[in-house]
Amino acid sequence: MEALVASAVGIMTAAGIFLILRRRTFPVILGLSLITYAVNVFLFATGRLALDAPAVLNKYEDVPYTDPLPQALVLTAIVISFGMTAVIVMIALSAYLSSKDDHIDMTAQDSVDAPGEDA
Amino acid sequence: MNHWIVAPIVLPAILAPFIIMVLRYHLDLQRIFSVAGVVALLGIALTITTQASGGEIQVYELGNWPAPFGIVMVLDRLSAMMVLLTALLALPIVLYAIASGWDNRGKHFHALFHFQLMGVCGAFLTGDAFNLFVFFEVLLIASYGLMTHGGGSVRLKAGVQYVAYNLIGSTLFLFALGTLYAVTGTLNMADMAMRVAELPADDTALLRVGAVLLLLVFCIKAAVLPLHFWLPASYANAPLPVAALFAIMTKVGAYSILRMYTLGFGPEVEATQGLVGAWLQPAALVTLAVGVVGILGAQHIARMVAFCAIASMGTLLIAISLFTETATAAALYYIYHSTLATALLFLVADLVMERRGGAIEPKAPMPQSGLISALFFVGAIALAGMPPLSGFIGKLLVLDASRDAPDANAIWAVVLIGSFVTIVGLARAGSLIFWKSHDAQYTPVPETDEEAPAQPAPEPNAGLAFTSVFGLVLGLVMLTLFAGPALNYAGKTAEQLFTPEHYISAVLGGEE
Repeated sequence: MEALVASAVGIMTAAGIFLILRRRTFPVILGLSLITYAVNVFLFATGRLALDAPAVLNKYEDVPYTDPLPQALVLTAIVISFGMTAVIVMIALSAYLSSKDDHIDMTAQDSVDAPGEDA
Repeated sequence: MNHWIVAPIVLPAILAPFIIMVLRYHLDLQRIFSVAGVVALLGIALTITTQASGGEIQVYELGNWPAPFGIVMVLDRLSAMMVLLTALLALPIVLYAIASGWDNRGKHFHALFHFQLMGVCGAFLTGDAFNLFVFFEVLLIASYGLMTHGGGSVRLKAGVQYVAYNLIGSTLFLFALGTLYAVTGTLNMADMAMRVAELPADDTALLRVGAVLLLLVFCIKAAVLPLHFWLPASYANAPLPVAALFAIMTKVGAYSILRMYTLGFGPEVEATQGLVGAWLQPAALVTLAVGVVGILGAQHIARMVAFCAIASMGTLLIAISLFTETATAAALYYIYHSTLATALLFLVADLVMERRGGAIEPKAPMPQSGLISALFFVGAIALAGMPPLSGFIGKLLVLDASRDAPDANAIWAVVLIGSFVTIVGLARAGSLIFWKSHDAQYTPVPETDEEAPAQPAPEPNAGLAFTSVFGLVLGLVMLTLFAGPALNYAGKTAEQLFTPEHYISAVLGGEE
């Protein structure tokens, strides 16, 4: 199972990095989502992998348990990354609609001549 | 427990939703509440700075959970002075944003502004590594809104880059925290420091990976080369009062480096000994060098000031990367100086852009040219580090502190040549914008075809705008006049940082 989880994290991160390096916003956002999935699985694994173990201590008998803290961290991380992805989708959409161009890079015209709308 | 410690977080956290939900259609009331909130924050910051200046480290346990289990807020000299700096910076900027009408060019400026303050103050006060991540996200998500405030296609495109870059940074932060948690089994900074010291020497590979990953994250925030690429485009395209507020955001990165690498992975911890300084110092030198080249080469005033921010982060991180007490004291003084000076130049750049556009080339003279050029001159002197302002004292302290460092020659050469190039670059921009304008042919500024603001913008209040800019100048002058007491405080702060035992025992020591 360790190999499976590790390779899942690795492959998702690799695919995410590949997509982030693309030139249009849509693949970049997909890549960001993939990387956040990878980090969620990674965080889950930081409390050590345990099968069929509850996340609570049992004071009556000595049974295996899994670390509950990473699960709380993953929950926070999921919520935050979900919100952030929603924000970047909205900003990317409005950038696309206002400039009719969904490239992630700025053109030479954009970056030299006219930073800000008042230039 | 001392409840003042959470007040800098609770106040904006209540005020911002109040502004959104109750006052959303009343711009005047929003402005009143926003300014009142910042003034109150300044009062709170002064109170907690006074409390912290005694040298006692105070701990606030959220929900009254004891330290390694619950989240703690920690008030020591460093966090108090950073919260105070945030409040000092926020007041002139919010006044300027109101006076220049920037807060009316989009929606929810004041609410986002206060959420941003909440995130920044929280990041300075928290004593828990994961909580630091959460406050980073709070300040980032507010900054996304502020960065794209007012809209416009170029600004939105720059916003997409900014958000994407920071999302990658946040993911990296999570990887780093996960690694550190896997090794140490805790996220509380003080507890982590203890566990790190207890780790067997041959079992630290993962720990070092985690420490370096964390450094990368903070370097992204602090815009250290080669992770600075997000800064020029985002700061230059953000509304410039917002860019002035963002001057504190790079300092959050610098603060986190100072905090984590004096507490958890301090100079005396064997596993990570020399690791951080060895990487950070060359990077900081290159950051300064590239920053000043950017100042010289920029063709737009906002971009030029953005590169000023990068260059001053370079100087700051040179001082931090030495990890000695005197160098850290110098760095703390320089943090105050560079934040105020960068913000001042951003506001001056906004005054220029509102009147004549930002391109660094001769154009027809603008109204109030004399006053603005004087302010630009003051800001330029401060940033370049020339006497009589605090930049000179700051750079002198940094140079003095690095005298005994092994790479002193390289540091002195880069800082001194860098200052010279900064002077040349700023002089070039100043003379092209302010002096050559009298030779230029009068050509009316062409109307931009960007979308007009939703409502006709109210008449900008130039008097208040200049007052707030002069407020920043006053801050720099005070920092120069009271350099002695400021340095005294900075020295004691550095002393406190380099005796992490007090911090650890205050957090984990038990009942109050």
